[in-house]
Amino acid sequence: MATPLLALSGVSKSFGAVAALRDVRLELYSGEAHALVGENGAGKSTLVKILAGVHAPDQGTLTLDGRPVTLGNPADARAAGIAVIYQEPTLFPDLSVAENIFMGRQPLRSLRRIASAEMRARAIELCERLGVPLDPDRPARGLSIADQQIVEIAKALSLDARVLVMDEPTAALSGVEVERLFTVARSLRDSGTAVLFISHRFDEVFALCQRVTVMRDGRWVSTDPAADLSVDEVVRRMVGREVTSLFPKEPATVGEPRLEVRGLTRHGSFADVSFTVRGGEIVALAGLVGAGRSEVSRAIFGVDPYDAGQVCVDGKRLPRGDTAAAIEAGLALVPEDRRQQGLVMELSVERNATLPRRWALTRMGLLFGGAERRAAGTWAERLQVKAARLSDAVSTLSGGNQQKVVLAKWLATHPRVLIVDEPTRGIDVGTKSEVHRLLSRLAGDGVAVLMVSSELPEVLGMADRVLVMHEGRLAADIPRDRADEESVMLAATGQGGRS
Amino acid sequence: MTMLKTPPAARVGGGARLARRAFVVREMGILLALALLIGITAATNPRFLGAQSVKDLLLGSTILAILAVGQAIVIITRNVDLSVGSVLGLSAFATGSLFVAAPGLPIPLVILIGTVLGAACGAINGGLIAAARVPALVVTLGTLYVFRGVDYMWATSRQINAADMPPGFLGMGTATVLGVPVLTLFAVAVLLVVGYYLRSYRSGRELYAIGSDPAAARLLGIPVGRRVFAAFVASGALAGLAGVLYAARFGTLDANAGTGLELNVVAAVVVGGVAIFGGSGSVYGAALGAVLLTTIGAALPTLGVNPFWQRAAVGALILAAIGLDRALAARLGRSLRGRNTHV
Ligand SMILES: Nc1ncnc2c1ncn2[C@@H]1O[C@H](COP(=O)(O)OP(=O)(O)OP(=O)(O)O)[C@@H](O)[C@H]1O
Ligand SMILES: [Mg+2]
Repeated sequence: MATPLLALSGVSKSFGAVAALRDVRLELYSGEAHALVGENGAGKSTLVKILAGVHAPDQGTLTLDGRPVTLGNPADARAAGIAVIYQEPTLFPDLSVAENIFMGRQPLRSLRRIASAEMRARAIELCERLGVPLDPDRPARGLSIADQQIVEIAKALSLDARVLVMDEPTAALSGVEVERLFTVARSLRDSGTAVLFISHRFDEVFALCQRVTVMRDGRWVSTDPAADLSVDEVVRRMVGREVTSLFPKEPATVGEPRLEVRGLTRHGSFADVSFTVRGGEIVALAGLVGAGRSEVSRAIFGVDPYDAGQVCVDGKRLPRGDTAAAIEAGLALVPEDRRQQGLVMELSVERNATLPRRWALTRMGLLFGGAERRAAGTWAERLQVKAARLSDAVSTLSGGNQQKVVLAKWLATHPRVLIVDEPTRGIDVGTKSEVHRLLSRLAGDGVAVLMVSSELPEVLGMADRVLVMHEGRLAADIPRDRADEESVMLAATGQGGRS
Repeated sequence: MTMLKTPPAARVGGGARLARRAFVVREMGILLALALLIGITAATNPRFLGAQSVKDLLLGSTILAILAVGQAIVIITRNVDLSVGSVLGLSAFATGSLFVAAPGLPIPLVILIGTVLGAACGAINGGLIAAARVPALVVTLGTLYVFRGVDYMWATSRQINAADMPPGFLGMGTATVLGVPVLTLFAVAVLLVVGYYLRSYRSGRELYAIGSDPAAARLLGIPVGRRVFAAFVASGALAGLAGVLYAARFGTLDANAGTGLELNVVAAVVVGGVAIFGGSGSVYGAALGAVLLTTIGAALPTLGVNPFWQRAAVGALILAAIGLDRALAARLGRSLRGRNTHV
């Protein structure tokens, strides 16, 4: 084949004692989409940051068009034609969507002034190309994770880059947005852009990419044409062992109603939402992005206020907008946005994991480090959090491992009602089944679980019942035996009746 | 696999309207407070609106407003410059000394020298912050004392009087055009230039980006160190300029000129709606904040309020401003989140 557009060889990178990359190679060709897969903490994002000029490799070389290059900082990488979508959104909350897309590259008019009107128009155009008509003037603060991801994608697209690197761009997106992104990515690829795509969803990997590189523990494992590979084979190489059944939902005895929601309404977001979750039940809240699922779960937990309706836990009504009362009543919410709502990035893993239940760990009002470490250790181990030490700051963990810490944090509160919003976002196959097993076991212990998820296989595999939301209303309540892809999709798009 | 998304709702530009409204509410709030204060004071004491008293008020606001504009630039980048009072003092004394040494110097040249001196002090601040990677709060607290110390050493209990300066220069401090002091027009021009720059130039917007999320700014390849350095140079230059104007206005100079001014400046900026953690606010708001604080300082004595309560009033105003900002931000955040985010 021709010389690669961008190639890495023999690249190593360590953070202190952690060797994130060891002798890794990668070759990206013009007009080809290349997938990079591996478990959480395998080193994928570190590799991306080297391509982006954020980290300098300790060893190894980078070549562009066959010539060695040094990317000293992100501006160098951009000048070299490399556009990067980072795993964690990197938006400026105070600035508008349009400014976020074009920061540093705003279109100019006379006297090098910013051409705001043109910038706005181009932002609208980009968002439309992605099928998500975001308001270009609203500040980025408060955007849902999916919309933040869309802004990141628009930002990368606006660069007209020769190399487009996407680190889990789809983790927060669902069907149509993913399809739109792929349409755009394919047309870029066909016009000669080299695409590097990272995802934990294998259907996406095979839908977009021609070549797949597998990494494990910071090392390169293999690179093969996608056509020669099967999902099982990829998983085996990633994990180094066979992975068993993906969605092991065990039947549980369904008990008394635990969480009752009656006529919950918030003007402009959702209306008249009523449902019950019983102990031992896992109820999925499905629907399209923007249908109001996260909003409902936040209102139940008391993060957001609501205008009408009521929420009862074990028959007792919860005061509205009072998270402390909700936690007291045995409610726990694993939020969608881990960076802003789930974690204190600068604190250590163990601190984060034990934050909501520090009282339970105190003796005579004093918190002993030992108790905290033991409690955190148990959950970290169960969820296979990959961190050098539990005392490391959460910000140094890989994306998937951060998600595990959020889960650990809430699971450790022993909730009676657990609300999880996209529980496996960014989590690799092996741990995904572990998370599912955990949820299933919690239900078995009598916990009522409400699960918001955009991943249909997860919904169908885990849920005893599927509630489908459409434009802020409950459109369907489908029992497990009747739930399939078609029935859920029909209801989600507003074509199904309430069954 | 995964699912479709909702068709876009039909609400066009809702978020933008909200954001703009919050902004307007903020600036209008200051104007309203100002109008209220002036109205009440004028009602009890009509002379408060006399030509001389208005002129004094404007002159008093001018220097604080110029400092506030510089401070706003720095605070927008999530930093703070506590050395501005000392830089003003140094520049004011330098101006006086220049005239003592060379009475014939052209006035524009003196203005330029004072500004450059201030910029040099700002460069020292910016350089130390970049090189030592120490928070600006600490560095500028240090240079506050250092610059003041230099001033003391230089002045060695000397005093420069109005008689030492050319009348043309002192005239600048009192001249008016249509009743508006020339110095005020000067400050308004500075304000408009800086305001336009911050809104319409890439590097201006990058200052907001840096204050909004420094890590993201770095990932984007924005030269964070250089921009922050420039912000400190700008703040220093404006403090230097303010020092020259201070000399023109007061005529009498010793080593204490501008002592303690930095806190007034930060207060004006905060009251003016610039977020203390950076990323939002405008220099117009900061300048309005300076006018409001100066007016309070002038109005409360007129109203016979005792000095202790005057200080308490300024404190209460700062707390109220911060409270208002929090409340607005929370409201805005909630309505933006609850609302369908799509157009
Ligand atoms: N700044 C840092 N300081 C210390 N360790 C780091 C830092 N960044 C990454 N690491 C470590 O390097 C390893 C690889 O992390 P990386 O983020 O590349 O994983 P990943 O493959 O992207 O995982 P995921 O699928 O969860 O996103 C992890 O063990 C992580 O803890
Ligand atoms: Mg990653």
